[in-house]
Amino acid sequence: MAGEVTKIIDQKTLWGGGRSPFSVSYGKMMMWFFLISDALTFGGLLASLGFMKHKYVDVWPVSEQIFTHFPFTHAHLPLLYVAFMTFILIVSSVTMVLAVEAGHRKDRKNVTFWLFLTVIGGAIFLGSQAWEWSTFIAGPDGMISTWADNATLTQNFYGRGFTADNPILAPVQYSQFFFFVTGFHGTHVLSGVVINLIILIGVMQGKYEKVGHYEMVEKVGLYWHFIDLVWVFVFTFYYLV
Amino acid sequence: MKRDDIIEYSLGAEHSEEAGKAIRKKIWFVTAILSVVTVLEVLLGVYWTSMGLEWWVVKFAFIGLTVLKAGYIVMVFMHLGDERKMFKYFILLPYAVFILYLLYLLFTEAVFLSEVLT
Repeated sequence: MAGEVTKIIDQKTLWGGGRSPFSVSYGKMMMWFFLISDALTFGGLLASLGFMKHKYVDVWPVSEQIFTHFPFTHAHLPLLYVAFMTFILIVSSVTMVLAVEAGHRKDRKNVTFWLFLTVIGGAIFLGSQAWEWSTFIAGPDGMISTWADNATLTQNFYGRGFTADNPILAPVQYSQFFFFVTGFHGTHVLSGVVINLIILIGVMQGKYEKVGHYEMVEKVGLYWHFIDLVWVFVFTFYYLV
Repeated sequence: MKRDDIIEYSLGAEHSEEAGKAIRKKIWFVTAILSVVTVLEVLLGVYWTSMGLEWWVVKFAFIGLTVLKAGYIVMVFMHLGDERKMFKYFILLPYAVFILYLLYLLFTEAVFLSEVLT
């Protein structure tokens, strides 16, 4: 009665331990799976942004005409602040990869140092985003400024076809997408900062020295780089294109 | 609780001091590339009209530079370049196929709708 079910298969073929599939550890592979599902969400959001942009191609605002504000100055500086935010996030990604590298050498002092800088970078980014949101809502001079100075949820004077004789308002989707896409990304940054902080405390307590490796830093590192990666796309498809 | 039936750590992820030096050098090199590309993008975004470029050229330049940046982040910072070849395909291909198909559908419909609207 010996069929396929009772046939003896050697342990190696069955993955009976010894080495993991793709030579990737369980935790890292699951992090990649999670990141793919998250990337599909962001991909869907940005694709629908592209849909709206092409649907309202004549009236869709030009972002470089809207995002011209910079803190502590009234100068007209298009895209400079968002470039600064991008740079901050890239730098925090670099400090994270340096923390991972130090983890591979089991250098606890350096892991702490670079992970700490990563947390600081994330916090600066969140603060910048708060400033940008409030500026976008209220204008650079606060509530008393004229509403035409900025884009709001209901009014938007920056459509491509806008002139004084032809006052077409841009579709409200422009600001809705702004708040939803940057807000969803900002939530990821917030959770990333919190997770990094938890891991940083673990590193400082010597938790990973006891375990024998710093793979946890690598796993949160993957998440943090993913946040940077998403921002690179948001920067292009919301602010530039 | 320590479990010995799960292999927690990827094989060969640890490296020595000398190997670390080379890796750090690569990290700073990629940092320089990412920064330069970002600066280029901003300059292009602000000055493309005065440079007399066509919008579609600028647009595809932006998309190309973004994909370049994304490639460096995924392959070097996320270490996907160091993983097995099959793992790379396994992560990237299903995603790319799905998103490209979605983009194809959405842009086809969007162009149609904008023609109907005007």
